[in-house]
Amino acid sequence: MNFFEIIKQLAEVDSDVLGRLDSRRAVFSSLGTAAKRGAMAATPALLGAFFQKAYAGTSGTKVGTIAEIFKYALTLEQLEADFYKKMVDSSVFGSQSAAAQAAIRQIKKHEDAHVALLSAVLTGLGSPSTTTTTFKASAFPADWTGQLQVAQLLEDTGVRAYKGRAGDILAAGGAADANVTGVGTVNPLQAALQIHSVEARHAAHIRYMRSQTPWITGSGDLDGQEHYKGTTPESTTTQAGIDLLTVTSGKTYTTAEAAASFDEILTPAEVLDPVRAGALVG
Amino acid sequence: MSSSSLSDTSTGTLVRRRTFLQAAGVVAGATALTLAGCSDDTPTTPVDPYLLSLQEADAGLLNYLYLLEQLEAGFYQQVLDVPPTDLQASDLTYLRDLRDHELIHRETLLFALGSANAAPVPTLTFNFSTLNLTTRAGVLAAAKTFEELGVAAYNGVLHLVADTTTLQLLAKIASVEARHADFINELLTPNTFATTMVVNEGPLFSVAASKTPTQVIAEAAPFFLPYKVSVTALPTT
Repeated sequence: MNFFEIIKQLAEVDSDVLGRLDSRRAVFSSLGTAAKRGAMAATPALLGAFFQKAYAGTSGTKVGTIAEIFKYALTLEQLEADFYKKMVDSSVFGSQSAAAQAAIRQIKKHEDAHVALLSAVLTGLGSPSTTTTTFKASAFPADWTGQLQVAQLLEDTGVRAYKGRAGDILAAGGAADANVTGVGTVNPLQAALQIHSVEARHAAHIRYMRSQTPWITGSGDLDGQEHYKGTTPESTTTQAGIDLLTVTSGKTYTTAEAAASFDEILTPAEVLDPVRAGALVG
Repeated sequence: MSSSSLSDTSTGTLVRRRTFLQAAGVVAGATALTLAGCSDDTPTTPVDPYLLSLQEADAGLLNYLYLLEQLEAGFYQQVLDVPPTDLQASDLTYLRDLRDHELIHRETLLFALGSANAAPVPTLTFNFSTLNLTTRAGVLAAAKTFEELGVAAYNGVLHLVADTTTLQLLAKIASVEARHADFINELLTPNTFATTMVVNEGPLFSVAASKTPTQVIAEAAPFFLPYKVSVTALPTT
């Protein structure tokens, strides 16, 4: 894990990240020596807390422009697209069932198209992306079982990542149609949520391929991983101020049903935290 | 009561038609009675007693999705009440999950409407007579219809929501509906993920399909009969 690489990645998707960190520049100063940098890089918990501070209180308020938010989405789509390219190119791919190969190819096609769409929108907005995010080769599993596990974690995280920016896109004025050169009329908020919907189908399908419930009940084999935790964990059973376990209508619900009925958000800092997608960036 | 509430005259009629309100519709019924109590304020105009007019703004959007969640929950309940004989035990387990998710969505949206001081549409009894629910294939085909319609409906209106908290709440439901749609497709036609996924056309082909409230209500119209749903007051931009 390279702390400064993560800051660089964040800066690429959120040009204001250094501004956010500015008031905490003292932290950097005090960590100026190589030894201290090393100590910090070896401390994921500290790093996580650091990002939590940098992004504290930003949910639901204006954080960045449409272009900045779409660059964040593009980073994640590039990561996914490269991951599926690695899957299709993997030596074990050809020995999988025709249905499994077709499913992965279809998902790859969608991710490639998401990259193309987001790139075109960014160019049309006059803010073209110049970076390419790749999936870290050393983190790519050699076996099919491991690959599908990563695919599930990536997809479920992707759903949470898009959901986490919906309010930001609204705050940035993204609920209004934009005429994007080369693409046509795009409603940034609707387009992002339509991609979010496709990612949810991918997630459900990968989970199904892995003999998991398509929705996140908390009892799946990976449901205890960090990708399902965070400030608003997938296990949440309170929505809109009500405890879903006490919603009556003549019925009571289990924790699993209540948790599975709603997917939850992750903030950018949580998504790019090394305990989640941050460790997969090449 | 303002014009942003349910049509007073039609609501008053609904109250008299008690068969229309199920036992579970206590909240809706109570709200309808409150509305009826305000009806002196409004000029009497001839209103179709079977017309349900949704409100403007976020309240109308919440009610629209509340209505669709009622429809989905009602469908799964109908299937579970009279399951086809060829439905497998594992199917039933999943259909119960789906029913419970839709019930939770329905009740959460009803609660959200209350928090927003918005009158909810009444609890409806739906007309599923156009569906073949006597075979597994028929049930799954119908489930696909409802889930795909639900996904497209959420994708068609979430960007019209003005309140951030409401948007975030609805987005949490929208992705679960997409999970449902994928799963039903898999049960109905296994191993066809690559060809059955409903996405858009044109440059935006990799994004999920969306439908406007007008399109959704037109497709769902048979299930509401004899009632009709008007979405003309809902925001469009």
